[in-house]
Amino acid sequence: MEAEEQKEMSNNVMCLLADPEGTPLGAPMYFPQSAGPVQLQQIVNTLLKNEEKLPYAFYISDQELVVQLGSYLQKNKVSVEKVLRIVYQPQAIFRIRPVNRCSSTISGHTEAVLSVAFSPDGRQLASGSGDTTVRLWDLNTQTPMYTCTGHKNWVLCIAWSPDGKYLASGSKAGELQCWDPQTGKPLGNPLNGHKKWITGISWEPVHLKAPCRRFVSSSKDGDARIWDISLRKCVICLTGHTLAVTCVKWGGDGVIYTSSQDCTIKVWETSQGKLIRELKGHGHWVNSLALSTEYVLRTGAFDHTRKQYSSPEEMKEVALKRYNKMKGNAPERLVSGSDDFTMFLWEPAISKHPKARLTGHQQLVNHVYFSPDGQWVASASFDKSVKLWNGTTGKFVAAFRGHVGPVYQISWSADSRLLLSGSKDSTLKVWDIRTHKLKQDLPGHADEVFAVDWSPDGEKVASGGKDRVLKLWMN
Amino acid sequence: MPQGDYIELHRKRYGYRHDHFDRKRKKEAREVHKQSAFAQKVLGIKGKMFAKKRYAEKALMKKTLAMHEESSTRRKVDDNVHEGAVPAYLLDRETTTRAKVLSNTIKQKRKEKAGKWEVPLPKVRPVAEDEMFRVIRSGKRKTKQWKRMVTKVTFVGPGFTRKPPKYERFIRPSGLRFTKAHVTHPELKCTFNLEIIGIKKNPNGPMYTSLGVVTKGTIIEVNVSELGLVTPAGKVVWGKYAQVTNNPENDGCINAVLLV
Repeated sequence: MEAEEQKEMSNNVMCLLADPEGTPLGAPMYFPQSAGPVQLQQIVNTLLKNEEKLPYAFYISDQELVVQLGSYLQKNKVSVEKVLRIVYQPQAIFRIRPVNRCSSTISGHTEAVLSVAFSPDGRQLASGSGDTTVRLWDLNTQTPMYTCTGHKNWVLCIAWSPDGKYLASGSKAGELQCWDPQTGKPLGNPLNGHKKWITGISWEPVHLKAPCRRFVSSSKDGDARIWDISLRKCVICLTGHTLAVTCVKWGGDGVIYTSSQDCTIKVWETSQGKLIRELKGHGHWVNSLALSTEYVLRTGAFDHTRKQYSSPEEMKEVALKRYNKMKGNAPERLVSGSDDFTMFLWEPAISKHPKARLTGHQQLVNHVYFSPDGQWVASASFDKSVKLWNGTTGKFVAAFRGHVGPVYQISWSADSRLLLSGSKDSTLKVWDIRTHKLKQDLPGHADEVFAVDWSPDGEKVASGGKDRVLKLWMN
Repeated sequence: MPQGDYIELHRKRYGYRHDHFDRKRKKEAREVHKQSAFAQKVLGIKGKMFAKKRYAEKALMKKTLAMHEESSTRRKVDDNVHEGAVPAYLLDRETTTRAKVLSNTIKQKRKEKAGKWEVPLPKVRPVAEDEMFRVIRSGKRKTKQWKRMVTKVTFVGPGFTRKPPKYERFIRPSGLRFTKAHVTHPELKCTFNLEIIGIKKNPNGPMYTSLGVVTKGTIIEVNVSELGLVTPAGKVVWGKYAQVTNNPENDGCINAVLLV
């Protein structure tokens, strides 16, 4: 009898459940070795007192636990005497199917397509091109809807307001234009002020101000400017960078992050445009920034349920709720990718020193992107690979190799389970985050792919490139 | 101590002569007059040579002056819409020679099957056998005449081993062997020095093809992997055909044009 009890005891393992930030959930406890992810999920749900049962994924020392605890211990030869630390990560309750076919190839642009963007609710699609036009596309019939002319030079970047009511675009001549996506008409005259081309546009998050009025643009001339679309003028000019500003992001806490070719990242306050912080560390141009809350900021109040909101106040409330849920207790994290082949993980609200340095790329990092749940960071590099990093610690997780040319842009699916990359080798590839493998190869473009976007509702993927066509991919 | 060094030593010890710089200035000022007098007086080939030299000097001077002037003048900002739009993240990067993706790789395959080529040089001069080969006499009395030496440029694969001389009918001289070709891309209008992979076809006959003889009009296969061409499916193209446009045996190099 006693021996049996002894045996039972030895079959248990002392475990400590912890969330991604490292806060333990309750005291360490004994789990039977036969417990697998399903049992752990039940335990976590009860401990957290979740009314709605959420799916979780479990990680032991950054490796996902897919088998029973006992077989894991045997396989990896982990001592049973130590407390096993299991990190649980909430997963999206919806699942997005990978795209696998090209549903339509729409021509219309007469020059290379330089940027594509889905609206935050995923119902509209816009693209900017080298033929100086912005085009809006009808997603139901997959045909061109409006052609917005007015820019003087290549349309380099476009951005939807998070409430989906406006579209801003910036051109190589340095002027910005706001469009009404319902009619395809410009709202007022072009906004002039920048002396050189526009490199990025970011809207004010909807949970800070609804309806959306302000956005920030960055330019090659070294300035970032905050514009008000109802006043139709530049409100604040953020000067300080000595070289071109490459990327701009409006954070969820109401600060603006700008990265520049002068190797610094600057943090600005938005009411008066004062410089709050300067993040130094990179040894070469900083190319791209990503915020852990970026996806929520982009989609605002819209989520996978496709609910529409009538009033801006309601939208603001829902967006704020979504933002807080996404952010949790942790501060906003920032990742910057640079020409010095590395990336830095920052927590700008806490310190001006980087939290981690993400090294491993052999060429410059062109694009970085946080997954919608903030758990992962993906980086696209000119060394033909896409790398995946842990979003909280900055540890390297996996490298996705398969492209034969530099990878230009990446995009996440809304459930953070799939990653899309577009490359110079004229293909798109879909990667599975769980298995770290190639899920789908999408050839079809005749030339380099400059821009990719996965719609927030997960139904479609749009891509555009040098071959002047816009392609829509579906499952 | 060399003679010229004494003056340096002296200068080091006692400094320059009191009127040294004055004399120097005057001498320099006189120099132009002297030159002009010389230019007017000089005759014959010397005069021609001198005029040419002066002309080159003056042209250079004018050029430098113009160059400096240009930087001070204001030019109109070029705000036309150019072709070849690139996204913002590529605007500041130097554009390396970017090869267009040639979507006609399928076309090329089809042509290959048909065995027909539309090539830049459709007709070539036939090369007779006695021009292509030289008879080598062998045997103790030099009476045997079955050996041939190829007098044209050849491509010999990297894995080639010679047969024993007794059985070697064709000799391909190592001085006429080539492994690289200057290949011009007709659309990009630029030339690359590429490695030869093999001989696809010599228009003079299948025997020359198998021997690897490269004459004008020969189709060779070259390694284009460094050009970064990609097929529509996103695979790197590494072998492409090119046609030889010069007479390599006369020129000492192989020039070819890529077939696209």
